[in-house]
Amino acid sequence: MEEIKCNCNGKDKYMAELLEKFTPEKDNLIQILNGVQEHYGYIPKHAQQEISEYLKMPMAEIYGVVTFYSRFTLKPKGKYNIAICLGTACFVKGSEKIMDRAKERLKIKPGETTSDGMFSLEETRCVGACGLAPVFTVNGEVYGSATVQKLDQVIDEIYLKNK
Amino acid sequence: MINIIIDGIKAQVPENITVLEAAKMVGIEIPTLCFLKDINEVGDCRMCLVEIEGARGFVTSCIQKVEEGMVIRTNTEKVNEARKNVLKLILSAHEKKCLSCVRNGNCELQSLAMKFGITDIEFEGEIVNKTVDDKSPSIVRNSAKCVLCRRCVSTCKKIQDIGAIDCVNRGFESAISTFENKSLNDVNCTFCGQCIQNCPTAALHEKENIDDVYEKLKDENTIVLVQTAPAVRVALGEEFGMPIGTNVEGKMVTALKRLGFDKVFDTNTGADFTIMEEATEFVNRVKNEKIMPMITSCCPAWVRFIEMEYPEYLQHLSSCKSPHEMLGAVLKSYYAEKINVDPRNICVVSVMPCIAKKFERQRPEMEKDVDIVITTRELAKMIKQANISFEDLSDSEFDSPMGEATGAGAIFGTTGGVMEAALRTAQDLLTGEDLKEIEFEDVRGEKGIKEANVVINDREFKIAVASGLGNARKIMEKIKAGNVDYDFIEIMACPGGCIMGGGQPIKSSKIRRSVDVRKLRADAIYTIDEKKQIRKSHENPVLKSIYSEYLGTPNENLAHKLLHTEYRKREKYN
Amino acid sequence: MKDILVCNGTGCTSSKSPKILENFKRIIKEKDIKDVSVIRTGCFGLCAKGPVVIIRPENTFYAKVKPEDCEEIVQKHIIEGEVVQRLLCKDVDGNLVEKLDDLDFYKKQKRVVLKNCGKIDPENIDDYIAQDGYKALEKVLKEMTPDEVIEEITKSGLRGRGGAGFPTGKKWSFTKMAEGKQKYVVCNADEGDPGAFMDRSILEGDPHSVVEAMMIAGYAVGADKGYIYVRAEYPIAVHRFQIAINQAKEKGILGEKIFGTDFNFELNIRLGAGAFVCGEETALLESIEGRRGQPRLKPPFPANKGLWGCPTLINNVETYANITQIILKGADWYNTIGTEKSKGTKVFALGGDVNNIGLVEVPIGTTLREIVYEIGGGIPNNRGFKAAQTGGPSGGCIPEEYLDTPIDYESLKEIGSMMGSGGLIVMDDSKCMVNLAKFYLGFTVSESCGKCNPCRIGTKRMYEILEKLTNGEGTLEDIESLEKLCTTVSTASVCGLGQSAPNPVISTLKYFKEEYIEHAVDKKCRANECKALTKIQIDQEKCRGCGLCQKNCPVEAIKGEGREKRYIDQDKCIKCRTCLSKCPFKAIG
Repeated sequence: MEEIKCNCNGKDKYMAELLEKFTPEKDNLIQILNGVQEHYGYIPKHAQQEISEYLKMPMAEIYGVVTFYSRFTLKPKGKYNIAICLGTACFVKGSEKIMDRAKERLKIKPGETTSDGMFSLEETRCVGACGLAPVFTVNGEVYGSATVQKLDQVIDEIYLKNK
Repeated sequence: MINIIIDGIKAQVPENITVLEAAKMVGIEIPTLCFLKDINEVGDCRMCLVEIEGARGFVTSCIQKVEEGMVIRTNTEKVNEARKNVLKLILSAHEKKCLSCVRNGNCELQSLAMKFGITDIEFEGEIVNKTVDDKSPSIVRNSAKCVLCRRCVSTCKKIQDIGAIDCVNRGFESAISTFENKSLNDVNCTFCGQCIQNCPTAALHEKENIDDVYEKLKDENTIVLVQTAPAVRVALGEEFGMPIGTNVEGKMVTALKRLGFDKVFDTNTGADFTIMEEATEFVNRVKNEKIMPMITSCCPAWVRFIEMEYPEYLQHLSSCKSPHEMLGAVLKSYYAEKINVDPRNICVVSVMPCIAKKFERQRPEMEKDVDIVITTRELAKMIKQANISFEDLSDSEFDSPMGEATGAGAIFGTTGGVMEAALRTAQDLLTGEDLKEIEFEDVRGEKGIKEANVVINDREFKIAVASGLGNARKIMEKIKAGNVDYDFIEIMACPGGCIMGGGQPIKSSKIRRSVDVRKLRADAIYTIDEKKQIRKSHENPVLKSIYSEYLGTPNENLAHKLLHTEYRKREKYN
Repeated sequence: MKDILVCNGTGCTSSKSPKILENFKRIIKEKDIKDVSVIRTGCFGLCAKGPVVIIRPENTFYAKVKPEDCEEIVQKHIIEGEVVQRLLCKDVDGNLVEKLDDLDFYKKQKRVVLKNCGKIDPENIDDYIAQDGYKALEKVLKEMTPDEVIEEITKSGLRGRGGAGFPTGKKWSFTKMAEGKQKYVVCNADEGDPGAFMDRSILEGDPHSVVEAMMIAGYAVGADKGYIYVRAEYPIAVHRFQIAINQAKEKGILGEKIFGTDFNFELNIRLGAGAFVCGEETALLESIEGRRGQPRLKPPFPANKGLWGCPTLINNVETYANITQIILKGADWYNTIGTEKSKGTKVFALGGDVNNIGLVEVPIGTTLREIVYEIGGGIPNNRGFKAAQTGGPSGGCIPEEYLDTPIDYESLKEIGSMMGSGGLIVMDDSKCMVNLAKFYLGFTVSESCGKCNPCRIGTKRMYEILEKLTNGEGTLEDIESLEKLCTTVSTASVCGLGQSAPNPVISTLKYFKEEYIEHAVDKKCRANECKALTKIQIDQEKCRGCGLCQKNCPVEAIKGEGREKRYIDQDKCIKCRTCLSKCPFKAIG
């Protein structure tokens, strides 16, 4: 996938603005990464490089932090990000079956994106809608009292809409 | 002093030491795996757990400090059971191909398994990561053998201040890896090899070139010349059970001859060439007011470091090749002519305490002066494979002409040695005299950064010596900030210099806790120097004749062409 | 004068409550109705009935309101003064309940921590101040010495609500006594237990109570800087907390020379990035300092060496939420709630197989039976109670025989579970305990930080054994190894996460060992949950060939045409059990 980059002296304009908000201390790494994740939807390589230069930190260490926290992702998410709650309340109500079905339908594992960039799949822990368990979300929109059929229906609709 | 009871033994121990250290004082060796004194004190492996009265659960003895009245038990059934099961878990995630492992017989994990009498591992399961990275010319990383002790990470990050490797991912997927799991070849690794020295298993080891040597030795059309670096002779004996710091030069030469090398030469002679060139270059820089300070360039890991980290300072590097490359160049030109052999039919093998030399050898700038580099460890292996009982060998001498070397050449193997050798020559060159004061105590010793002022001809020269890349970075930052006005700097990538190089015999954490390996090896090096009749490189008669016969004036014409090189900016991440 | 309260907690927000809020506001404006205010609130607790709308002062409780219902509520209730019957809540017996206080769900609850949740607008500091907000801070700063504050908290008997139940007063006094010029106060809002949402609800419903408590703590221990570490996955909580900080600053309550005294306080938010282990206090500190959240070895404890090596007080959200009331009403009052050793209330996120899913706050010492059957309204579909799980991945399962155990720190520990942060998941008799243990271990395997060997490798090996068992490949020896691993992991791990990781296995092995043995020896899962051990089949005698099952099968695993009797292709069947519920003849099982 093409990385988003503009040509302000070879540096990314957003990154420059973001880094400006922080002093160049290693303590700020996670805060900076949170900003990057929010802006790009993932942590691009060039962002890691600029952080490395700014904080004077080896890339391996930044990579170690990025890969530790599940919020940070190294690949862009799909156009539709399906997140299935595997919190206990949803698990007890059968969300595992919905996850199994999603893996089967999309032929990807959690954390991956389909090759056409349409779907990505994610497991989340408790989105706070335990009253609606089991739930899954598509780009943040919650589908409660979910079933395997409901998931199928949602995926079918998306396919149809994008044909 | 405070009072403790440890396994029923009443003892008085100093304050502020750990339970692990206190136990050692009363003759109790608590097992460890991740612990590495001063470098990696993280308490991750859980092998050193003990019971302490009043504490909730087990206590990590490598971290916990002793306290007055502490009652410690290191050998209860519960503790032993916990350690044993943790060890089984570690083994369950380890690729147990011990018989075909480069560390077979010198593996801290293997020793623990033996100690605990592990005969059966009931918790076998998935091994998370089986990647083998052997892309670089120097170093191989095998994740399936990694126990995640993080000793390499601490060494690379804290001591060397490089951070080429770190812990990535989380949970069972955790691994020691590089940025984007790239090969070490393609990241900011300098190939210093200190990670290998600190790895308890074979998760990190040198790329072996023994087979390349055997192949050349078999080839009747090739003349195989071997040279050995200054630091090799004071460490090789350790691989055969001899005390640390034994000088085995004579036995080493005998062994090399028995292995079938056509001639056995001394890299110390190469070091004398380096000093001739480097001291001359220094004097020229001083006289012509060229870029100062001048920084040594004989350490290939340091060169790779500055090429990646401070490319704007490459002009400061001496243009001299390193000793074994110089010797290789002389062997393939002057010596080839002398024995009337086409240099293409000569193979030069260097035995080095270093794995970065494997990388240096294949730099295009080096024009194949040296064909194969093996480490001290690899040489020991070859000797063992050839059924040579090393301990029983009688001594032999290096072949001439490249076997004659000065005391100055010998001390190249330790931090401060290159500086001291260069000063011995430079002061004579600058004064035109034969000065008797040739021992520069200020640049000797274990300190990571040493600074001194040397007065020659009424001019004061500020010099600095750094070993360990962390210290090198400190020096470079000082220069960058404009805080210092050094004239001459010696840098070696390995803490302590080449005697502690990445290709030297590996000492377990247990040994290093009780013995100062660096000091013993360094002492042996200085003893060699002391015993030498000639202790200044420019007085080496072999050099004198080769310069007059063949090379001409140092730094000029043929000498420049053969013995000097150049550097280039290098990307840290490819 | 009427108030329309609209729940905007995360649960109700998921079912479009912001739209409801917007509609009410619009309608009230359009109809130009005076004396009615529409208030956005935090969580009311009864999430199962959400979105919830309450009309004050009569406290009418409308459940499952849709945005299009707003018009009717305004017309009928506000204008005509009539209750909209169809939107009222039904109790377990099917009777309509009009008022919030008449709901069984609320009757047994005691709201201390949640007193403002669902009652005030969390985004309006004046609402908070009207409920005696910041009075405790003022009292502390003007009338009490730091030692007196700590004394009061110690006397109250408050214990840490994050899990282990360490006496809060003690923690405060350790931090106060520790030497250090700079000290910090930290709020742990990294609620990671996958089924718990108390802390989030407090932050969403009553953020100022935490801001105020952190300042009181800062005054008591001598800290002038505070951090709250919140999961980035809680956007509403983060948003509202930031608003609370900003408003408190604007009012001059947060900042310098607070209430005219010499006390200064600065409060910052740090976002977590999705790592359960960061709920462990030293891992949390590592994360605030920008590193991988790998726990530190203790001692030294954070009270002596915490953030950047300085003495640091760490409490969780719910603990802080008790503070202002203890200060205002006194330790003696607080002592009247709870049991001898555990004072006060505890908030639980009640979930799973229970009718009233939601947030409940009860005096410590309330029995599980009261929570499940009285507050929770029992188990749906008249199924039996099998177990309740408390403490999340660090806790254990409580079987039926202990339903009458009073819930407090000690008795939960005694029966192999723990209070934890307050997740309480009810399971009916259709749940497999081996599979449940596997679920929790799977969680720990991926959430272990990877630092120490027992946790990193041990939990994985335990998971592998549980996988073998649920796949029908396990043996009795595997169960033995599992028991051995439980001991190793719990005794040899570095931090609380690792040490408690085996609890779900230990407790299910204790109370449901026969199920483990059935999986290993008889290759049977009595709950029919373990796919490999179950087979869904169509009873050929009962099948009438209607094809309804086939139509509803998501994977086309059911074969047969026309009026033929259907059968299931076992290779294709994913055991989703949809067909079971669709078959009119109960022919599938």
